Amino acid sequence: MEMNFDQHISGQFNADLEAIRNHMMSMGGLVERQVSQAVKAICTGDTNLADEVIRREDEVDKAEVTIDHECTQILVRRQPAASDLRMVLAVSRVVRDLERIGDEASKIAIHTLEVTDVSNSHICQQSVRYMGEEVIKMISGALDAFARHDIHGAIDVVRNDKLVDRQYASALRELITYMMEDPRSIGQAINIVWILRAIERIGDHARNISEQVIYLVSGHDVRHSTLTEIEEAAQQEE
Amino acid sequence: MSIIENHETVGTPFCSNPKLSARDVGVFYGDKQAIFDVSLDIGSNEVIALIGPSGCGKSTFLRSLNRMNDTIDICRVTGEILLDGENIYDPKVDVVPLRATVGMVFQKPNPFPKSIYDNISYGPRIHGLASSRVDLDEIVERSLQRAGLWTEVKDRLHSPGTGLSGGQQQRLCIARTIAVEPEVILMDEPCSALDPIATAKIEELIDELRENYTIAIVTHSMQQAARVSQRTAYFHLGQLIEVNNTDMVFTTPEHQLTEAYITGRFG
Repeated sequence: MEMNFDQHISGQFNADLEAIRNHMMSMGGLVERQVSQAVKAICTGDTNLADEVIRREDEVDKAEVTIDHECTQILVRRQPAASDLRMVLAVSRVVRDLERIGDEASKIAIHTLEVTDVSNSHICQQSVRYMGEEVIKMISGALDAFARHDIHGAIDVVRNDKLVDRQYASALRELITYMMEDPRSIGQAINIVWILRAIERIGDHARNISEQVIYLVSGHDVRHSTLTEIEEAAQQEE
Repeated sequence: MSIIENHETVGTPFCSNPKLSARDVGVFYGDKQAIFDVSLDIGSNEVIALIGPSGCGKSTFLRSLNRMNDTIDICRVTGEILLDGENIYDPKVDVVPLRATVGMVFQKPNPFPKSIYDNISYGPRIHGLASSRVDLDEIVERSLQRAGLWTEVKDRLHSPGTGLSGGQQQRLCIARTIAVEPEVILMDEPCSALDPIATAKIEELIDELRENYTIAIVTHSMQQAARVSQRTAYFHLGQLIEVNNTDMVFTTPEHQLTEAYITGRFG
């Protein structure tokens, strides 16, 4: 008996699985661009860019529905098992997180329009820029890890999420100081809080994507686990 | 020879409450070895599914569990198979009561060319399980009840069993097996000749029978294995590759060969 474990007997099944993975990756690319443009818009005060982000949210939503439909078709037609089943489930969960990241990018864009109405520069600019860059790296790191079945890459993203959470907490403290010193800044500060909150949520979604990489590769469901538990699960795999 | 040298079964082939225990079982057809060193426990009141590609030895192994292979002249079995701790291949063992205790249901329903009633009552009569007509009536009703066939046939018990539909015939064969009070039921692809509704009824029945019997089922349908069994054993070229809890086998199999088979990757 000749054995080739990379390929199914059914060529169409190979193609279908390949398709959901590719479509998820393209959606990931789109979402990553949405976030990076939203962050750029808030950092530069570019309202046109913010408008574009809001306009393109629709594309992200459509991609989610399309890919989810493709996953459903595979479940119905192929009754996938083992690594194939995990692939379909993981893709279906990842596109949900990608769609939510898309929502958060739009929120950033909407608040950008409100902040820049008042002035071109805003408080906490550095934190926004830093956290923004960090979560963009997390999204691409999580998607890379997915493409390469790379558990270590996925764990790096989970670790970075901790850093972003800490950065978020310290930015909030900074904002509170502003608001106490100058109550006239409260309006703008609240918008910035919403923006920081959106960026922080994007980090959480990137972490969720990484957790699906670990599920895909090892079968361990590490959702709602601590970093240490995730590292232990990865070690068992080795 | 096998392509996998010195293979050890991965997963959990043994359990704490075995009804049947196979130890280093080898089965030969003449010079050709069909089964290599299979060690496996089948637990009391569990349904274990035996899966694997055609020719992997799963049916041969199943048939060795009640010495059905004895009927083939050139077939030879080595190792031990223990039923409640007693070796069924011990020369003192009488295969007739053994095959009543470890009953078998085949791929194609094979009712005797007799009435429904006689199909069920034949076994209990020759095994001396009924002393009167009343006893026999009771066994026939109880067996048909347990096989989920009673309401469908109670008004035509004396019509020929062969006049039933395929699914009903298969349940009749299960009722016939149950009638002689077995402890273990072996099923060799019991649904492969049945339509989806008849299959669903048999699967439902397997689930109910588990309360009273230990069941080993050979199936080509992986969905069926996933639906009916608690543990799944994967055979490949005469070797037992992996045994694990069914939910684990179908989501995160341990062995590469199991994974390749259940995901349809043999090419």
